[in-house]
Amino acid sequence: MVELAQRLATRRRHPTPASGGGVSLWVLLLLAAACVLLAVGSLESTIFAQQTVAGLAEGAVFGSLALALVLIYRATEVINFAQGEMAMASVYIAYQLIHWGFSYWEAFFATLPIAFVLGMLIQVVVIRPVQHKSVVAVVIVTVGLFVLIDGLVTWKWGADIKFMPSPFGQKVYHSGGVAFSRQDIGILVVAIISVILLWLLFQLTKLGLGMRAAALRPASAALVGVRVDRMLAVGWGLAAVLGAVAGLMTEPEQYVLQPSLMQPILLYAFAAAVLGGLESPAGAVIGGLALGVFLNLVGQYVHFVTSELRLPFAFAVLLAVLLFKPSGLFGQRRVRKV
Amino acid sequence: MPALLELHDVTARYGPVQALHGVSLEVEDGHIVSVLGANGAGKTTTLRAISHTVHRDGEIRFAGKSLGRRGPEDVAKLGIAHVPEGRGTFAELTVWENLRLGAYTRRGSLKDDLLRVLEYFPWLDDRRGQQAGTLSGGEQQMLALARAFMQRPRLLLLDEPSLGLAPLLVTETFRIIRELNEQEGVTVLVVEQNAHIALQLSQSAYVLEVGQVALSGPSAELQEHESVRRSYLGY
Repeated sequence: MVELAQRLATRRRHPTPASGGGVSLWVLLLLAAACVLLAVGSLESTIFAQQTVAGLAEGAVFGSLALALVLIYRATEVINFAQGEMAMASVYIAYQLIHWGFSYWEAFFATLPIAFVLGMLIQVVVIRPVQHKSVVAVVIVTVGLFVLIDGLVTWKWGADIKFMPSPFGQKVYHSGGVAFSRQDIGILVVAIISVILLWLLFQLTKLGLGMRAAALRPASAALVGVRVDRMLAVGWGLAAVLGAVAGLMTEPEQYVLQPSLMQPILLYAFAAAVLGGLESPAGAVIGGLALGVFLNLVGQYVHFVTSELRLPFAFAVLLAVLLFKPSGLFGQRRVRKV
Repeated sequence: MPALLELHDVTARYGPVQALHGVSLEVEDGHIVSVLGANGAGKTTTLRAISHTVHRDGEIRFAGKSLGRRGPEDVAKLGIAHVPEGRGTFAELTVWENLRLGAYTRRGSLKDDLLRVLEYFPWLDDRRGQQAGTLSGGEQQMLALARAFMQRPRLLLLDEPSLGLAPLLVTETFRIIRELNEQEGVTVLVVEQNAHIALQLSQSAYVLEVGQVALSGPSAELQEHESVRRSYLGY
């Protein structure tokens, strides 16, 4: 039923594609219905409420990394396969800083500018030279980066498990019989704040306007004096920062760190980004949250779904989106007037 | 005094395809100069050579200084506003964001500029928040002029401003171009298929044929010229 409604909605949207900002009514209704379901379920059952909050926290991490993918997709028109490994490397940098005596949050805030610079460097040194050759070349470079970063981190820090201190502690809040871990709330707050800051940067600042212009129409942007190459580099830097936030918020309850830390998260982030529509920043965040909640609730209530089936389930979502609504929930067919 | 813009023997190529075979032209400060020619004659490429959005060679001087290897961003910063084919509108952004992008190379408040732009295009005020892609073709052409004007250019490069517009809107567009030229002192180099209106607007004109200047002179003289009349004016 829902699929059918969505398909009808896309059809109907086609006559007015230039209106761009218009998210289809059906998607909004669907999201509203999902929110009502979650709210009612949470009021009815404490386990449901706990799983929802845990899912939102997990989804916030997926959403942050998905947003990083979307930023780069919009600017460079490729999926950055190295996004997860870049995030993982940032976590190792934070680990090193903590090892040198920084507190967790000092390390957190010191890592972000480092990630920004590294992200820019990657764009300038390895992406820019191949960017205008072909999309495939850029994709291969990002796959190469995946292997390279993974190798460098393993070489420097080793593949054994490292332990990180916990950012939020183990405290649990109780509200009406429902237990919320400080961990989950903290992750959610950090992710939401970083997304809001990023949104403000893009919407309110001149730099943000230049970045959007450079990503949307590089040729026109250059003609009004926007330094397109510089904007793309800044875009990679920001994506790296967002990835670092996602990495640092990943599984802090276990405090363990391995070079494979972000590999499953990257796959969830792919699914979240595709669900949201690849070109849509808001879609990536909502896609991430939805995926997180969905996986947690399914894990709780569908008995044959054990933790081994989480990743396949995420891929079932990805596949379903690609089959039935390739533009995702918030994707728009890009219109270029000539 | 040298002209505001001088091209000496400028060549340009798209990959292996040579589009300009040595174009020389001059644009006097405060003038409107038009470039005419058939499709593929190199009109658009001439403008792209100036803004350096095509691979080019030869000497281009603006206000006495060679443009040299400056990229499009630096050319824009020098005060050359290029409104390209397709008008260069950021369709996904709002009208206001398009105008802000016009002033991208400048610092400080845009209030005065906006007020001046609104004198010419008062209707833009109500449309500030509207997505530029939803404007009509005529409105988008006006927005492109407004955006270029926000750049406070000394030289305006216009590529086919009449393309795809209804006759009434063409007249309106050219009226505003003339106003910007007369009242704001903006020098204009305009590429145009519509030779009739272009020759009426400009003081002098160049006719391009296969990447070279075939004819040039004051617009009034070209209007009388036998081959121009036959090829471009159709009488």
